[in-house]
This record gives sequence, C-alpha cells and structure tokens, in this order.
Amino acid sequence: METVSSNITIGLVGNPNSGKTTLLNKLCNSKDSVGNYPRVTVSAQERSFSHAGHSITITDLPGIYALTTLSPEESSSRDLIHSEKVDLLVNVLDAGNLERSLYLTSQLIEMGRPIIFVLNMIDEARRKHLKIDTQALSDMLGGPVIEMNSIAGEGLEKLKDAIVEQGAVKREVSQTFIKYDQHLADAVVRVQEKIAQLHPKEMTEQQTRWLAIKLLEGDEVLLRQEKDHDHLLEMVRRERYDLARDHDGECEMLFADARYGFVHGMVCEAVEFPDDIESRFDITRKLDRIFLNKVIGIPLFIGLLWTMFQTTFTVGEYPMNWIDSGVTVVSAFLDDLIPAGMVHDLVIEGIVAGVGGTIIFLPNIVILFFFMAIFSETGYLTRAAFLMDRLMHTFGLHGKALIPLVMGFGCNVPAVMATRTIESDRSRLITILINPFMLCAARLPVFILFAGAFFSEMAGTMVFIMYMLSIIIAMAASVFLNKLLPKGAEEAFVMELPPYRLPTLRAVLVHMWDKALNFLQKIAGVILVGSVVIWFLQAFPQHTVYSTDFDAQIEQLQSSPASSDSEAAIAELKRKKAQEHLSESYLGRIARTIAPVFAPLDFTWRDTVAILTGFVAKEVVVASYAVIYSQDEESTEESTSLRAVLAGTMSPLVAFAFMLFALLYSPCLATIAAIRREAGGWRWAGFSVAFSLVLAWGLAFTVVSVGSLFI
Amino acid sequence: MSKENILEKTITLADLVGFKTARIVGLKGDDVSKRRLMALGIVRGKEIALDTQAPMGDPRVYSILGYRLTIRNDDASKIIVSYE
Repeated sequence: METVSSNITIGLVGNPNSGKTTLLNKLCNSKDSVGNYPRVTVSAQERSFSHAGHSITITDLPGIYALTTLSPEESSSRDLIHSEKVDLLVNVLDAGNLERSLYLTSQLIEMGRPIIFVLNMIDEARRKHLKIDTQALSDMLGGPVIEMNSIAGEGLEKLKDAIVEQGAVKREVSQTFIKYDQHLADAVVRVQEKIAQLHPKEMTEQQTRWLAIKLLEGDEVLLRQEKDHDHLLEMVRRERYDLARDHDGECEMLFADARYGFVHGMVCEAVEFPDDIESRFDITRKLDRIFLNKVIGIPLFIGLLWTMFQTTFTVGEYPMNWIDSGVTVVSAFLDDLIPAGMVHDLVIEGIVAGVGGTIIFLPNIVILFFFMAIFSETGYLTRAAFLMDRLMHTFGLHGKALIPLVMGFGCNVPAVMATRTIESDRSRLITILINPFMLCAARLPVFILFAGAFFSEMAGTMVFIMYMLSIIIAMAASVFLNKLLPKGAEEAFVMELPPYRLPTLRAVLVHMWDKALNFLQKIAGVILVGSVVIWFLQAFPQHTVYSTDFDAQIEQLQSSPASSDSEAAIAELKRKKAQEHLSESYLGRIARTIAPVFAPLDFTWRDTVAILTGFVAKEVVVASYAVIYSQDEESTEESTSLRAVLAGTMSPLVAFAFMLFALLYSPCLATIAAIRREAGGWRWAGFSVAFSLVLAWGLAFTVVSVGSLFI
Repeated sequence: MSKENILEKTITLADLVGFKTARIVGLKGDDVSKRRLMALGIVRGKEIALDTQAPMGDPRVYSILGYRLTIRNDDASKIIVSYE
C-alpha cells in the first residue's frame, strides 16, 4: 500500500509496573526493529518501528505516578510531554488497577496533548472478572481506548493503526475537562484570565488553564518560572489561602480530591466489579506469606542472593572451559597461520590473549543477569526492598535504595540511573555515591580469576565473601556519608507492591541478550584497544639494553650437549630476559614510576599496570594480566589458562588485598560519567573517585599489615 | 455525614490494628510527602486496610484502591483515618 511516509513521535507514559517496557519490546521487535540506543537521552529510551508506511519513534518515559515535579523522572517526563518533540502520547494503564492508573491520566489530559489510552494487562483484569466498557471510557477520556495484552500481543495491531491514524491527523484534541468544585473552578478561571493578560497570545486556552491549575496547586517549578509577575503570584497566594480556609484542607488536596472524584466517577461508570473482589490477590497473597514471612523472609532473601552468586560461579565454570579451549584452538591456529614477527606477537600475545582472557567470563555475566531479570520481573525485588527497609533505614538509606544497589551487582551505570526513583536529593546522592562499591559484573571476572588462582579450594566462597564485603562497605560508607552531608528532610517511604507476575521467557532472554551484547561490544571496543595498547607499551622499545648478554649465554648452553640441567638453565635465562625486557619497556617504566604508591600494599609493578588500566573499565584488569603474562605462558607451556599462570605470583594475603583494592578503587569511566550526570556535576564524580581511592588503599593496606602479623 | 462523624473514631494509620477497613480523613506533614501520598491514592474518603507487615513491624502493607502499598510507620502516622 502506498501512503505518504511520515515520521510520528510518541511518548509512552504510565505508572511503574504498567507493562510499558513489555509493550515497547513487542511494538519494536515485531517488525523492523531499528535497534536500541541506550543512554541517547538521559532519561528515556528511544526506539522505532514502521507501520503502514509511517516510521514511528517511541520514547519510553520512566514510570511515574503523577506529573508534579517531585523527582527528576517526573519533571523530565513533564518537560518532554510539553515539548513539541512528541506528536502523540500513549498512556499505558493497568486495566486491573484502573483507579490508581487514571490519576496520572487526569493530569495528562489537562496538558492538552493527543492521547491514545491502552488498557494493558487486560488478561489480568479479565481473570479478576472486571467488565470494562471501553467505549464509555473512550467517550469520557476523549481519545481512543485499546484493550491490550502486550505479552500475548493482543491489541497490538489496533494500537499501531490508532497511532498512524492519530499521528497522521495531528488534529486538536477534544477538550476533556475535569469537573472541579465551583469554588475551585472559579479560582482557576480568575487565575487563567490573569495569565492570559500577562502572556497575550503566547498560550492557548488549554495552556493557560493548565498553568492556572498548576500554580494553584503550588507547583514550585512553575511558580519560579512566573517569579517576575508579582501580581500573578500574589493573586495565586490569595486564592490558595481563601480556598484552604473555606474548604478545610490545603489547595493541593482539593485538587487531588477532585481528580480522584473524576476518576472514581469514570471507573464507576465504565467498570463492573465482581462481588468477590478481595479474592483477586490470592496467589500473590499466598506467595507473600512465604516471601514476606516474619521469620524466614529475610533469610530467604539472603539465601536467594547466595544462590545467585554461587550459580554464577559454578554453572558458569563449564561454558567458561569451553570458551577457554576455543580460544586456545584459535590461538594455535593463528600461531601457525601468521609468520613469526611483530604482527604474530601482536595478534597472539596482545589481541588473542587480552580478548580471549576476558571473553571467557561471558557465561558468568549472562547467568548473573538471568537472575537479575528474574528478580525484577517477578516483582520480588520490591519485596526485598520492603523486607530490608528497616535495616536500610538504620544505615541511613531509603528502602527504595535497595533496588539500585542490587542492580549495581549487574552494572553500576543503570544502577546509578535507577536512583532517580528516590525523591529526596540527599538520599539519592548517598545512594549514588555508595553504588560503585557494589560489585558489578565487570569486576566479577577479576574475582573469579583471583579466587581461582589463589583460593582454588574455596573459590565460590571467596567470590561470595567479596559480594558480602561489597555490601558491608557500601553500608558503612552510607553511614559515613550520612554524617558528612548536611541533614535534610526525610522522604516518605511509600512503594507499590505489585502482584507477582510470571516473567515471560522472552523478556528474560531479551534482557540477557542485551547484556551479553553489551559485554561483547565492550570487548570489541575498550578491551580490544586496551589489549593492543598494553601490548605495544610492553613490546617497545624493542631493543632493550640487557644487564648481561642473555642470548649469548643461551646459545652457549644450547650448543653444549643437552641435559636436564642445561634445559632448566636455558628456561631460567629466558625468563630473566623476558622480565628485564618488560621492566625496561614503556609499560614497565610507567608502572615503576607509580609503583611506589602501591609498594606498601606489596603490589608489584605488574599489578600496578592492571590497576592503571582498570580505570577505564574493570574487565581490562583481566585483559592486562592476560597480555602481561602471555609471554611467560609461552615459556612455561604448562597451562593455557591465565589462572594457572597467575597462581603463585603473589601470596594469598596480598591477593586478597588486591581483590579488595580492585573491588573499591575508582568507578569505571562509564560510571563516573553517570555519577556526574545524576549527582549533578563533576564535584561529586571527583569526590567519588577520590573517596573510593582512599578507601581502597586504606583497606588494602590494613589487610596487608594486619594480616602479615598473623601469617 | 456529620452523624457518622460522631460515631466514628479518628486515629492515625500507624495505629490501625487488625485487618479492619478504615476511611482516610486527612493528611498531615510537609507538602512533598503529602503530594507523594496523594499520587498513590491516599486522599480523603478512600478506604484503606492493613494487609501485612515487615519482619520488624515496620513498614507495613496496606490495600487501597484495589492495590497494595507499603508505607513506613513514621509516614503512616501522618495519615488520619476513621473507622466505625
């Protein structure tokens, strides 16, 4: 079919847990998925698809309950809805939870943008025997209402058609007004007239009305925006005072009451409830009797975390070995293929060693994110936040901070962004600053490598200990920061407890695939470049002035009759030569300059190199070791795995200190950028780097010095 | 309405015991928390009931508007409810 091709931009708005993301995935993957561009815009994810000759771009706004300006999520959503960037809004409603969902809608329709309403999770509503009259709803809301089950794909085509239809017309919306009580309505009209006088011809009637309502509600952002209009502000103040006096309650409450009244009226008219309404939480209630149990609730949560980490390590071991063998095969193949020389060394000792040494951790990362997806998709993570709130509270954290902290086990970057659900600036800042201490998946390879090399008897437990330490240190840091930062008003802890939902296999797989892809991209990018750079730095200058003429000595030994003694001597000479070459290389020189800083920790200059490179991304630590030791590996030829090579290069105590240091020191570049963005400026990003470096050094030093007293 | 008021007792939500259904009559506290609560359906006239509580009795889960909401006791003490 031939239609004029045009671009329609849509904003996807709805409460948290209304199934927006599932809908988005369904819309964009079903056809012509252009791809996922995370972090293009700070808050929102943009994706696109095409339908009936139109290309449609969707911006997924974060889940919100209202359009006030309490949190950065709410204000950024409001700004976007207002802007001309979106042509059309799709308001996703939880069909089984209409009354609450429609409160946001009552604020949306006042903004005067065209909206399509989606009754999502209609299957859940049907199971609850709710009868929803969509035509009646559509009439009252003044826009199309579409029943949808985004998991099964029901209603998807209807939505696409509606988007194209609405978007192509770009018509003015039919004005739906919320009926306020007479006094409120009169006040709105008076303020609206004043605004129209002050901003002649700048605003439509809808816009002046919206602004009048918001000013009367006491919206700080908009009041500040109008700060030059003293008359207006004075008028608003007086109206608010009069309304509050006459109605026994503050102005905002009057508006909220009216909105809920409007919503309640709509729901009464359009929804028929069954008699046994309470039975609908049945399965959720039964599960919560176990998961929220007074006695076993918290132990169960800790047990689940332990299972996650243990499985990540043990189950990951098998595919890890397969990949390891694969890397060996590739390495051997390339070894034969490429003639000896610098290219050969660069490929084998640089690229294959670095990339291969890191890629083997892919299974661990995929397994970890499998668990993370299950926890958050089922609704268990919210339960965990509920269970742990009291404890978190004693550490000066908000219960909601648990979610970004647990997400930090995956990656600190989205975790830092997830702190946006915390409204109080102070709590959010603390949660952001302690987040880098959470052991992210990028640091996991370092610990798996070290635990395997130095604590092979109890490798799984060692990794678990690192996770526990990361939690303990994060909590301690929170207590410290709470003392350091000036006190502010404490935020109310209110959180929706969604019903348990069975995660769809698709959602879990998409999540895992996303993270796997992310990791592979990192390998193809920063790890690859890092490996090459490190290889060059350690290979040059090529002509080292050696302390003795190793080559001559080796030749001499080789020319004499072979014996086990002479072979050992040759190996020893070769090793010495390689080491001298390394320490005279650019890499060695740089590292030796900085090494004194780490000398008290008993880290060698090689460890210093690994630490330095890890500033970029923590996986590079492993790649660095792989490149640095790839020469030794050849000479010993005992094992192909880096783990075996590394074993014995430091004492278990120093290895533990190194693990601790690697856990804590400086967030990676991506996280630093995220902190700067979310905490508002370089100041906090800089603080985070300095704070973590001092802490890392201090704790590692304590471990080494106290530990050496006992060992 | 006024007749009912005489028969009803007013307490804070934090003091609500058992699994009774109460009716919200007002909110105390600062604007920000009030706004937050209102967005979630804590407005005058709505019915609210205690559902579950966390291991140490705080926070607690309430059902309102047909869904479940967790509220810390500190915050619940700023919600005034009445019951028969």
